Amino acid sequence: MSKISRRKLITTGLAATASVAGLGVAARLAEKYGLVPPDHGGIYGLGETLTYASQRLLTRHSLAREFSRSQISKPPFANEIEPPTDEFKRLQAGKFAEWRLSVNGMVVRPASFSIDQLKRYPSHSQITMLQCEEGWSYIAEWIGVPLSQILQAVEVLPQARYVVYFSIEPDTWESIDMADALHPQTLLTYGMNGDELPVGHGGPLRLRVPRQVGYKNVKFITHLTVTDSLKGFGKGLGGASPEFGYAWYAGI
Amino acid sequence: MGDSACIPSAASAVPTTAATSRHSALVRITHWITTLCFLALLVSGAEIVISHPRFYWGETGNDLTPTLFKLHIPASRHLVPTGYKFVLPDANGWSRYLHFQAAWVVVFTGLLYAIYGFLTGHFRKNLLPGRADLSWRALSRSIAGHLRFERPSEAEAWSYNVLQRLSYLFVIFVLFPFVIWTGLAMSPAFVSAFPATVNVLGGQQSARTLHFFVSLALVLFLLVHVGMVWFAGFWSRMRAMITGRAATPSTDTTMERI
Repeated sequence: MSKISRRKLITTGLAATASVAGLGVAARLAEKYGLVPPDHGGIYGLGETLTYASQRLLTRHSLAREFSRSQISKPPFANEIEPPTDEFKRLQAGKFAEWRLSVNGMVVRPASFSIDQLKRYPSHSQITMLQCEEGWSYIAEWIGVPLSQILQAVEVLPQARYVVYFSIEPDTWESIDMADALHPQTLLTYGMNGDELPVGHGGPLRLRVPRQVGYKNVKFITHLTVTDSLKGFGKGLGGASPEFGYAWYAGI
Repeated sequence: MGDSACIPSAASAVPTTAATSRHSALVRITHWITTLCFLALLVSGAEIVISHPRFYWGETGNDLTPTLFKLHIPASRHLVPTGYKFVLPDANGWSRYLHFQAAWVVVFTGLLYAIYGFLTGHFRKNLLPGRADLSWRALSRSIAGHLRFERPSEAEAWSYNVLQRLSYLFVIFVLFPFVIWTGLAMSPAFVSAFPATVNVLGGQQSARTLHFFVSLALVLFLLVHVGMVWFAGFWSRMRAMITGRAATPSTDTTMERI
C-alpha cells in the first residue's frame, strides 16, 4: 500500500471542489432553462431530472412518428374508464352541446369554448401511436385543434411555463411544459378515425400529447390553466399521476 | 488489432509479486455499481412486464391483437386476459422511476468503465483473447474443460480463460448496448428525435420484445457467472473483486495450460 502523496491529495481536493461547483452551476442553469421537473425531489429525483432534462434538450421540436392510414389499428383498444359522473351523463344526454372547455390563468383573455367553437378552428389530423406505460399500444387518426391555437387565442403571458389540464372525472389532472403545450402535435382531440371521438377514448374532448405515454393523454377535458409554477396545484408535483407515484414527465 | 500477436496468453499474465491487485479499484467499483443497478433494473423490469405480460411483433399490440407469445403469469391490471382470477397490486409508478434511474446510473458507470478500459488497455490486455487461444484446438479444449467441470487452473485466479473473455466482451459490447438501444426505442419522445432507432427494429412492440429477450440473455449470463464464481471458489473470487487481493500463485507452479 503506497501512502497518499500530497500531490494526490491536492488534485483530489481540487477535483472534488470543481465537481461540487460544477454541479451547483449545472443545477442553476437547469432551473433557468426549465430542465427541472416538478417531481425532482425524493429518491428518484436524480433519474427523473436526467430523463426530463436530456429529452427536453433532444426533443424540443422533434415530431412524434406519424403512420400511414393502413397502419391504423382496427379496432382501436379502449382502456377502461371510470363510471361516468352524473354531470357527464347529463352532458352526454345533450350530445355534449353544453360541454365547455374553460381556459384561464396567465392569459390575457380567459375564455370558454364549446366543442362546436373548437371545431371552427382549422382542424388538424395526425396518425400517431398511443402507447400505455403498461406496454400495449395502438395507432389511430386523431382529429382536433392544436392546443397552441387555443393558447394563441387567449394570448398566453410570456412568463407562462406550464399548462395544467383537468378532466371532468374527479381528481384527474396533469400538466405539461410550454415546449409540449406549443408543440404542433399536441392536440385538443374531438375526432378519431374520421368520426367523433368515442366516449371510451375520451370523447368529447381529450388532450393528445403523442410524445408522452398514455396517462398524460387525459380524457374528458373541461379546463385548462396556464401557470408559471405548479406549486399551487395539489401537492405541487404537477398532476394526479405524480401524486399516485408515477413520474410527471412520461416521454419514456 | 495489429498488435494482437503480442498479447500475453492467459498464463503469462500472472504477476509474480503480491503487490499487484487482481482487479483495479475502478473495475471493482464499477462492477458492484453495475451489479446493484442490474438487480434494480431486473426487479423493476419484471414489475413493469407484469402489468402487461403479452408480447407482440411490429408497431402495435394490445389485448385485441394476436400475441407473439404471452407469459402465463397473473397481471397487475384486470383488463389483461391472463386466466387468473386475481390481480396483483399496481407497482408501475415506482418501478418505472427506479428502472430509469438505475438505467442512468448504469449508463454512466458503463461509460466510465469503457473509457477506462480503452485508455488503460484493460480490454486489450485482460479481455481480448490471445490469438493462440482462439484456435479451434484451444477453444474446443476450453469448452471440453468447462463441460467436464474441471477445476480452474491456478492461473485463472489471475487471468481470464478464453471463454470468460469472449462472454465478458459479448456482454459489454453487445448485450449492454443492445439493451440500452431497445430500451430507448420504446420511448415516444426519444424516437421522435431519432426515429431510425425504432424503425430498424421493426416497430415499437418489436423493440419491447427484443428488450425482453436481451434482458433474459443478461439474466442467463448472471446465473452462469455466479455459478462459475461459486465453482471456482466463491470466497476467493469475491475477495478478489471486493478487495483486489487474490491468492498469490507459488512461483514453482508450471503455468502452462495443458
